[in-house]
Amino acid sequence: MALNRKIGYVDLTTGEVDVQPIPLEARKKYLGGRGLDAYLLYNHTKKGCDPLGPDNVLLISGGLLTATCASATARTHVMAKSPLTGMLGSANMGGFFAPEMAWAGFHHLVIRGKAKKPVYLYVHDGTIEIRDAKHLWGLSTTDTQWAIREELGDEEVKSCVIGQAGENLVRFANVMTGVKNAAGRTGMGCVMGSKNLKAVAARGTMDINIAHPVEALEYNKGFIDQITSAKVNQTQGTLGTPFIWGATNSWGGLRTRNFQLNQLEYADDIEPERLDEIATETIGPHHMTGCFGCQVHCRAQYRIPSGPHAGKYDEGPEYTSQGAFGAEPECRSAETVLTGNHLVDQYGMDNLEVGSLIAWAMELYELGIINKKQTGGLDLRFGNDEALLEMTERIAFRKGWLANALADGGIPASEKIGKNSFDYLIQVKGMSNLHSDERATPALALNIATASRGSDHLRSRPAIDLYHLPEAVLRKIYSSPIPYEGPLSSEHTSYEGKPWQVFWQENCYMAVDCLGICKYHTVFLGATLPNFEDWPKVIYYNTGLEMTPEEIWEAAERCNMLERMFNLREGLARTDLKKGDMLNHRYFDEPCLRGAPGVVGLTIDRKKFKQMVDEFYTHKGLDKTGKPKAATLKRLGLAKEPSHLV
Amino acid sequence: MPEEAKVLKIDYEKCTGCRLCELVCSVHHDGVSNPMRSRIKVVKWEADGIYVPMACQQCEDAPCLNACPAKAISRNVEMGRVEVDYAICIGCRTCVSVCPFGAMNFNSIERKVSKCDLCDGDPQCVRFCEVKAVDVVTEGDLSLPKKRQAAEKIVAAGVRSAVLEAESH
Repeated sequence: MALNRKIGYVDLTTGEVDVQPIPLEARKKYLGGRGLDAYLLYNHTKKGCDPLGPDNVLLISGGLLTATCASATARTHVMAKSPLTGMLGSANMGGFFAPEMAWAGFHHLVIRGKAKKPVYLYVHDGTIEIRDAKHLWGLSTTDTQWAIREELGDEEVKSCVIGQAGENLVRFANVMTGVKNAAGRTGMGCVMGSKNLKAVAARGTMDINIAHPVEALEYNKGFIDQITSAKVNQTQGTLGTPFIWGATNSWGGLRTRNFQLNQLEYADDIEPERLDEIATETIGPHHMTGCFGCQVHCRAQYRIPSGPHAGKYDEGPEYTSQGAFGAEPECRSAETVLTGNHLVDQYGMDNLEVGSLIAWAMELYELGIINKKQTGGLDLRFGNDEALLEMTERIAFRKGWLANALADGGIPASEKIGKNSFDYLIQVKGMSNLHSDERATPALALNIATASRGSDHLRSRPAIDLYHLPEAVLRKIYSSPIPYEGPLSSEHTSYEGKPWQVFWQENCYMAVDCLGICKYHTVFLGATLPNFEDWPKVIYYNTGLEMTPEEIWEAAERCNMLERMFNLREGLARTDLKKGDMLNHRYFDEPCLRGAPGVVGLTIDRKKFKQMVDEFYTHKGLDKTGKPKAATLKRLGLAKEPSHLV
Repeated sequence: MPEEAKVLKIDYEKCTGCRLCELVCSVHHDGVSNPMRSRIKVVKWEADGIYVPMACQQCEDAPCLNACPAKAISRNVEMGRVEVDYAICIGCRTCVSVCPFGAMNFNSIERKVSKCDLCDGDPQCVRFCEVKAVDVVTEGDLSLPKKRQAAEKIVAAGVRSAVLEAESH
């Protein structure tokens, strides 16, 4: 059964492998996936450890429900101390890896040390083998996966791998599985590269017993019907995440020209409908694909229609690639978006970081803060598609002074570039922002400022805040399982009640990340999707574990607190621009210039922002400086961490 | 065979590759999650994004049935399927070797062969496949939708050639 899946401890320096069960106590407190990873990270690293040294641990996991008869349990979580931020490194991806690892008997891998030569791990039916990877070094993310299958003579092997960017220690290199599933953020691929670990391959044929199979099957059917009947998921299943682009761009929520504008005009060629047309033309009418067990199928397949990479197969692009290779660098070509998406997939780099950093460099170039000599001869102005793609390639291989600087991440690059370059860097805790512009949406601004892995939309974003839902609907969602009687506002420009929404979403997203299911199957983009009240039955039918909605909430709260404790141990300080819960000054000082009438002219109000952070801290049980109060730690059972349960 | 007999129809172009069919098949039949036990299998060429669900076709002149030395395999007309009688089966796996689709499986945990039994009339793979890459249809209608699809292509080609013809003048 799911509860008997193991933790595999691997020391790449010594070659030792140890397999241990997961005690029920750890399960109940941290569930699995990201939550238990956070516990392992806090317990198995020491303060100030070198993210690229042998003492950093790389954690790869599935969730409590991975590969059980629950909906869309495809997610793989990857965690370590981040070489990009020096704080929590944490990234999550879809695909088929975590289920395969669960069938191979494992839910968590704890990988420490550093191999002398390139290696990969082969996880197979209860065993873990360290294998030579010399022949894989230098290969792209997909070529690595196909080569491993050929070597092992098994087409069913699933691997999570790094591309050339991870080998070259690009600080935002990602870990990938399949053609485009990426544990994209915070440089987890760089950690793999630093350990000389090219891949982790898995293949399993071990039963996962379902505690109550008949009930699990029937409940799952109802769940799937609920999920696929949501309009938002039907749209996702047709256009993929790019569907968000149209509306967001029209009201003025897209970070454009780094941070100069909040809307990309004349961008018909990268509208979702146009991308869908290209997918239809190059693949066919049925071009949507899905992760394990998921009926939303939000990912398009395509071939690049034109240009030097014409004909190459890839998947996506996600909304994020439209921003990274579209709005931020002010490029307007589908060919550029689809090619850029392909390059980052092949080299294994975070598209968000690449797009954001190049857009930042473009602004610096236009301002004269960097010159053409520093760009290695590239005319790095906004809207220069060729320069954008060339710089993307250079970053992956650290080619040239600027690309090499950018490959170290925004804050270190700003130190190399000097002058006032840092002022223009749109980041939180050292991680670049998504291409969304949060100046008109205080809830979203609070979310990115306080997210545990740095600026991020998948940690606590109340995305439904944009739908202007009636207060009664918001009340129904946000006052369960924990009663909430404070204010809630349907207005997305309001500051009222937003800290509670962010706090609620933070716990909701942590719960799904612990269970190993996808955020499109909870209250993220759709308000009617399952959440705390629905999960106890799924957990019980599949694993036999009895938990109440309140207990799941508390576990999520506990895991979030552990992530915060890790960040505090690594230097989080509330108002520190580089390590704090703080936004770039431009959010407060530069008003939105475009978009809907109610959006033009908006900034984030400094005083109200501070009040929101205060309120958010109160909900979380933190003091004014952002540290947990003793009573909070006691309530969550965290007073004696590290406690070394596993 | 009754007039309204139903058969499993696979339209691989519609398959999203999610493998939910494999999951629900193993949970329904064995109470566990394990694709190795599944009677249906999505074969993939991931580098090109091609996914093909493979399952027993319940052949009219079934090689498994013909080849079985123990005569353990028979046709169940009422259920519209070819089935294995495990009381007779000797586990020689001849059926696995002769099946042209690889649809007869060998379960290495229970050490028996297994194949699609159409879930006694309510195939779970079909029930869960929202895109209908796997479907149950009446035999008589089997090729009608394909005919329509092909005809649509012919019509579209005709329209295109008429346009080209008109443009060339």
